[in-house]
Parts: sequence; structure tokens; C-alpha cells
Amino acid sequence: MGQLERKRGGAPVAMRRLTLITVPYLWLLALFLIPFAIVFKISLSDIALAIPPYTPTMEDGLWALLSQLDFENFVFLTEDDLYWKAYLSSLQIALISTVLTLLVGYPMAYAMARAPEEWRPTLMMLVILPFWTSFLIRVYAWVGILSSEGFLNQFLLWLGIVDTPLKILNTNTAVYVGIVYTYLPFMILPIYAALDRLDGSLIEAAEDLGCSRLEAFWLVTIPLSKNGIIAGCFLVFIPALGEFVIPSLLGGSGTLMIGKVLFEEFFANRDWPVASAVAVILLLILIVPIVLFQRNEQRQAKAEK
Amino acid sequence: MIRLSPFNVVSLTLGFAFLYIPMVILVIYSFNASKLVTVWAGFSTQWYGELLRNEAFLDAAWVTLRVAIVSSTIATVLGTMAAYTLVRGGKFFGRTLFSGMVYAPLVMPEVITGLSLLLLFIGIGLDRGILTIVLAHTTFSMCFVSVVVSSRLVTFDRSLEEAALDLGASPFEAFRFVTLPIIAPAVISGWLLAFTLSLDDLVIASFTSGPSATTLPMKIWSSVRLGVSPEINALSTILIGLVTIGVISASLATKRATLRQKLDAQVAARPT
Amino acid sequence: MVNDTSFAPWDDPQERPLIRFQNVTKRFGDFVAIDDLTLDIYQREFFALLGPSGCGKTTMMRMLAGFEEPTDGMIELAGEDIAHVPPNKRAVNMMFQSYALFPHLSVWDNVAFGLRRESRDKDAIAERVEQMLKLTRLEKFAGRKPHQISGGQRQRVALARSLAKAPKLLLLDEPLGALDAKLRQATQFELMDIQEKTGTTFVIVTHDQEEAMTVASRVAVMDEGRVMQVATPEQIYEAPNSTYVADFIGDVNLIEGRAKPNGGGAYHINWAEGQAPFEAKSDMVLSEGQRCHLALRPEKVGIQPNKPEEVNAVQGKVLDIAYLGNLSTYHVELSTGQVIKAQTANTNRLSRRDFMWDDPVWVSWSASAGVLLSQ
Repeated sequence: MGQLERKRGGAPVAMRRLTLITVPYLWLLALFLIPFAIVFKISLSDIALAIPPYTPTMEDGLWALLSQLDFENFVFLTEDDLYWKAYLSSLQIALISTVLTLLVGYPMAYAMARAPEEWRPTLMMLVILPFWTSFLIRVYAWVGILSSEGFLNQFLLWLGIVDTPLKILNTNTAVYVGIVYTYLPFMILPIYAALDRLDGSLIEAAEDLGCSRLEAFWLVTIPLSKNGIIAGCFLVFIPALGEFVIPSLLGGSGTLMIGKVLFEEFFANRDWPVASAVAVILLLILIVPIVLFQRNEQRQAKAEK
Repeated sequence: MIRLSPFNVVSLTLGFAFLYIPMVILVIYSFNASKLVTVWAGFSTQWYGELLRNEAFLDAAWVTLRVAIVSSTIATVLGTMAAYTLVRGGKFFGRTLFSGMVYAPLVMPEVITGLSLLLLFIGIGLDRGILTIVLAHTTFSMCFVSVVVSSRLVTFDRSLEEAALDLGASPFEAFRFVTLPIIAPAVISGWLLAFTLSLDDLVIASFTSGPSATTLPMKIWSSVRLGVSPEINALSTILIGLVTIGVISASLATKRATLRQKLDAQVAARPT
Repeated sequence: MVNDTSFAPWDDPQERPLIRFQNVTKRFGDFVAIDDLTLDIYQREFFALLGPSGCGKTTMMRMLAGFEEPTDGMIELAGEDIAHVPPNKRAVNMMFQSYALFPHLSVWDNVAFGLRRESRDKDAIAERVEQMLKLTRLEKFAGRKPHQISGGQRQRVALARSLAKAPKLLLLDEPLGALDAKLRQATQFELMDIQEKTGTTFVIVTHDQEEAMTVASRVAVMDEGRVMQVATPEQIYEAPNSTYVADFIGDVNLIEGRAKPNGGGAYHINWAEGQAPFEAKSDMVLSEGQRCHLALRPEKVGIQPNKPEEVNAVQGKVLDIAYLGNLSTYHVELSTGQVIKAQTANTNRLSRRDFMWDDPVWVSWSASAGVLLSQ
């Protein structure tokens, strides 16, 4: 019986293994890598060639393909300071909101890690729950709060802190609020995981060796949750950099973010080569934090071994 | 046990207030009788009625649901295969490229994924519609499934599979009757994640859909760009309600399962 | 013998103890972890708190370190009440069971950690760290991180770190628990050596009675928040004050019976119907017919094929033989059904064993071999 079964599974093992690898492999090649190559190609072509109906002109031969390529679109990007500004301001907005998210998220993660054992699953669920809720709706919720006749302004007027409504919606401040709000779980979870793993006797050892509570926090807790902090910051920074929904909905006309520029370049101006060039450069900018993030993760995995 | 300091309590309270007040306001004002969203004019469910009579919304919801179910199911199969290949596949040609392709979409800005897929679909002359959205959603969500499943596979005790093989199971049977039941929770959460990502996606769907298919997020997007609307509040409330029920019942189920496990262990430990 | 017989400050009424627990009680909610406990520990002592898990020994240690405050009572360190002094303000350091080495700091920085908190100057810190590393033979590993050294080395780093500030009192929480048996023995002697060199008072918490007996000048045997007996290892072993202590430390035969005073500290113990009573000597005063236990260590019980000349001799048959290499333990079943353990040293290599299973044998012991216990 056993032998029979073995035989049945034995022959096609290599075939099965091949299928197992091939199917997802081909899928990703076709729907991830090739589209990417196309973006790259279009970013290097003239606008006329890229206007629909666009067809990849591979059949003209490699030389023809290469001779068509030029860096005009990239030169265009460097000449128009809209793009420069958009890149820089994306970096700035992503950076500031990452720091703000850390400032909000760390104390929460810390308190969660110190909470009684039986509360933790509930707290955890409360952090994750918004993540399952529609991103768009969570951003939209702030429109009603931050607008000039919104709840925040009504509240501030009622308190008497301000006498004229503050303009918050359609400013960068609203974008910061939106990013902090939507990406907060990404910051809390890795920090919580790091703090949860932290051996409580290390803090006791630090106190035993003469540290005050605060010193023990700075000298032991912070360095030992460093990996969680770094992971959380990247998890916020990377998607924030290419964010489109938040700056479009909460930001103003002055809010320049590269994701928004790309979207508008593509849909409003229908300038595909420039949109593709914007995408390529956004990707190049992202490579640095992504590689750093990967390295941090790998180092952490190694340290755990 | 460490007690929470006042600072801890304050940061938790403020933090959760920050996370939940916007949603609570949304829910409350979905029952507002007034069209003016920031002025309370009495309780009413009229916006729910209007929402249900709005065929454009219902159509969009139906499209979204179909796309999400199909794409998350395909993504779960492909993602599990990819995870299995990455964790167990050993060395094969192009492994580095493969793992790169699995992880890259996780950090790829949606605008880029959307743009590149659109250019591909135009390039090969594929008509944009439900099919293209399904293809796009499957591609990025299979990577999330793969990450969830492979994190479970890494901790999977391989000797269980070896025991199955030793007892005469074929590799496929070993997978079907031993591995799969054990990693099932990860596969299910992978599916749920893929499903939610698909339901939630605006940017990629905007790029890859044609005039024939509008998803719910796209519909919501086009109306919230014009400002706050009570109908969207009602829709948000329904979505928030569904998610809350889902997450709470899932966590209760997990809690009950662990409790039962604990009880079983106690019963087993009791001397007979 | 490392325990110098002349070192016995607890017998000197002039000596002031370094640590005094006075009627200390610690409650966690309804649970009484420490129950009205009074105990003195003297300077330069190597004091062991021994007991099963949950007996309160760890709570005592944590109160000494300052991580728990007593619910009631006083804890004095060198004449000062420290019950409510926070841990970072005490001249007490602790070596944690998990070692609690800071994983992000090198061995050197771990040892220097406590010194830096005292804002000493750099050279003084460096000098002290080098001294500590030398004491624990860790000079070569100064630059390594904790995960780059072996378990035994980590243990020594933890020791060096907690000794660096020259505390008045060093607490060791199951310090050798994570080491394997061989390394543990070697480390026990190292600990004693370092304790002697530095002259620091050590309090060690352990559940391993052999460890406590090896290292300690005195041992406190604890159970359910109370101290059952405080004495030197020899006294604890040879003269336990209760069946609990006798049973907890080493192997023992406990024979229940009723005492009949015979004058001059001699007693007859009636232990079974129709059997000749055992003879035992004791300093304790027992009344006629009082219930008591005779505690008898297996190595003090002889085993012979024929009836010996000893005052206490009973016949039985061999039930089990446990060969331990250096020793053999025989379980001998008496006609009453009771089992007596007798131990013999295996002094001859490969000699034929004298007794086999079911052999009829005699077990015997002298009148002073056992201890009479009334509780």
C-alpha cells in the first residue's frame, strides 16, 4: 500500500515542483516585471510615440529601439522646477509625518507593552481594527473634522481658543494629520513587538546598577527597541513618499507630492512619458530607504538566531 | 506585574481617541437628518435609504465584491505557491529575481504599480474592465499572501511532513493532509488580507479599470472630492460596521480556540 | 574545606549583622509570599536561601534588591532601614537568573554600566573594569557582545558587572541554573573563590540543595514563606530540625514511632507492632509515648548478610539496587512492608556485588546514627 502510494506521488514530483515554481514566477514576470520594463522604456521615448495607441516597437530591432531612446523627459524633469519641488516636498512631508507618527506611536506601543497581559490582545485588536477599515474612508473622515466649519474648528471656537476658524484642511498640516492617522498601526506594531520581547529583568538590572527610571529608559529600552523604531519608520516613510490619496483629499493646491503629480500628469495632462519618468525617479528615490529597511530586517533576523 | 504609569494611561487614552473619534463622528453624523454634515438636525436614517436606492453605488459595490472575491482567491493560491517555493524550493534558477518580485510590490507605491499595469494592458491591447482589475489586484495581493504564509511556513516543524512521508504519504498527500491544515490559519488570514486590499484599493483600480467597470472606492472618491456628503457617511458606517463585526468575531473565535486548547491541556494533564 | 571553622559570626553575640529582616511580611493580594520572617545575615557570609519554587526565596531576594517593598516589617542593611529605598539607591547589586546582560553593549560596557552611573572619572572606571575582567578571566572577551560568548562566560560577565560597584551585598538569583552539570561544579568553586577574594557578602537563591551545601557558609531552608531552619550545611544535613528539612536535603529514611525515654538522652522508639524498638540518642526532650520520626541517612545504614552486633538491626530482603558508580543504594523491604535505604561505597573496582535482588539481608545502624524529630 505504502509503496503504491509512493509510486503514485513519486513520478511527477519534479513536474509538480516545476509547476509550483513556474506559475507564480511567470505571473509575476508578466504582470510585474514586464510592465515595469515598459514604464522604463516609455520614460525614455518621445511623447508622440507614447500617445495611444501605444505599441512597444520591439519588432523594429534592437538598434532602432535604442536609437529612439533619449533622456529628454528626464532633462525636462530637471528643467521644470515643479518636479524638483515635488520630490523635495514629498521627502519633507514623508519625513515630518514619520517623525510625528513615531512621537504618537512610541508612547502607545510602550504603554501597550506594559499593560496587563489580559488586556494586550484587546489593545492589539484596537490598533489593528482601523487597518482593516477602508483607507479612503479613514482619510475622508478627516475632511469633516478639519474643514473650516468642521468639528475641530467648532470645538476650538466653542472653547474660545480661536475667534476665527483655522484653515487646516487643504494645507500640509492636514496631510501630516492624515498620514499619522492612517499609518499609525504600522508604527505601533513593530515597536510593540520589540518592546514586548524586551526582557523586563534588563530594566531591573539597569536600576540595580544605579539608573533612575528615565536613565534606564534611555540607556536600555530605547536602544533595545531601536530595530522596531527603524522598521516602523520605514513602514511609514516608504508608502508616505508615494502617497496619492491623502495629499489629494486633505492637501491643498500648494501641497506638492510626487504621487499626486504623477497621477495628474497621467490623467489630466495625458503626458505618459513624463509620468513614466516621474515614476522611475520616484522608484530610484525609494530604493535607498527600501534597501536600508531590508538590511535592518535581515540584521534583526540574524540577531534573533 | 508592572503597573501602568499615569503617562502610559494618558498616551493610550489620547492615542485611541485619535484613532477612533474620526470614525465615531462619521458614524454619528450618518444618522443626521440635515444635509449639512456638521450641523446636527435630529436622528434620521434617510441617507441609508437613499444609498440603497442609488444604483450607481450598488453597481460599484457589486463590481468591487466580485473583483475582491476572485482576485483574493487566485492571489491566495498563487501566494501560497510562491511562499512554498521560497521557503521550501531550495535553489532554482532565478531565485533571487523571484524573491525580489515577491517582495517588491509590498513597498511599491500604488501609483507606479497602477501606471505600469495600465501601460502593459494598453500595450497588449487588452480591454480594460473587470478582468484587468482582477489581474492587477491578484498581482499585488499575492505578494502579501505570500509574506503571511511564508512567515508561518518558516516556523513549521518539518519533521511533521517527514513523518507523513515516512508513513507512506506522497509529497502531495503530505501537503494536503499535514501541511495545509496546519498552515490553514495563515492561508485564511492571507485571503482576508488580499480581500481587504482589493476592496480598499483606489489607485490601482483607477489606472486599470475602463469605463465599463467602476469600483466602490472609485465611486466614493469621485463624490468625496466634492466634499463631505451624508450618503458617503452612511456608506462608511456600513463598511465600518461590517469590518468591526468581522474583526471582533474573528478575535473572539481565536480567543475561544486558545481557551479551549488551555482547557484541553488541563483535562489532559489531570491524573486519570 | 573552604568553610573555615573559625568563621562563625552568627555565634558571636557581639557581632552586628549586615542584614536584618525583622518580622517581614509580604503579601501579593491575598497571597502571603513571606510570613512574618526574621533573619540575620552577617558580613562576609555566603548565605544561601534554599527551597522549592514558590517558597518565597525569590521574593526575599527582590526585597533586598529593592524591586519589592515589604508589606510589613523592617529590612536593615548595615543598621539602616532600606525597606523603601529604590533599587538604584542601594549599595546592593544583583546577579540575575537570566544574567540580564545588555545585548546592545559589549562585555566591557556591560561591566562599566554601573560605574558610569556614579559619574566617576574615565580612568577610574577603566581601571575598575579591567580589574573585574581580570578577576573573572574575561580580558580576552572585553570587546565582544553577549551573544558572541558562551553561557559560562556570560555568567562571569554578569558576576563582574554586579561586583564592579563593590556592593556591600551581592545577590545571586539561581546563578548557575543555566549551566550544565560539569560547568556548574567548576563555577561553584569559582564563585566561592571570588567571594573570598573580594570579601563581599553573598546571598544566593537556589532550589538546588547540593549547590547550596557546596557554596554556602549558612543555609536557610524555606517553605511557604517561612524559614524552616538556618544553619551551616553540616548542621542542616546532620541535625535537621524537622522532617521537612531532613527530607528536602539529601536522601533520608524516615521511620515514624513513639518515644520512650530511657534516661540520659537515650530513647526507645516503638516503630511497629511486635518488633523490637530502635534505640536512639537525642538532645531533645521527648515525653513518654510522644509521636516522633527517626531520620536516618542511607549512608549511615549498614547492610550485611548476617545479623550484626549493632544495637539496631532488622532483617529484610533486597527490593532494588541503584548503582551510582561511586555508591550503591539498596532498597531493603522489611517484613512490616517498610523500605529502608542503605548505601555502600564501591571501593573495589569490578568486585562481584555482595547482594542480589531478593537476597535476605540485615540492615543496621548505631544509636547515634539517626536524628529524632518531633515535627
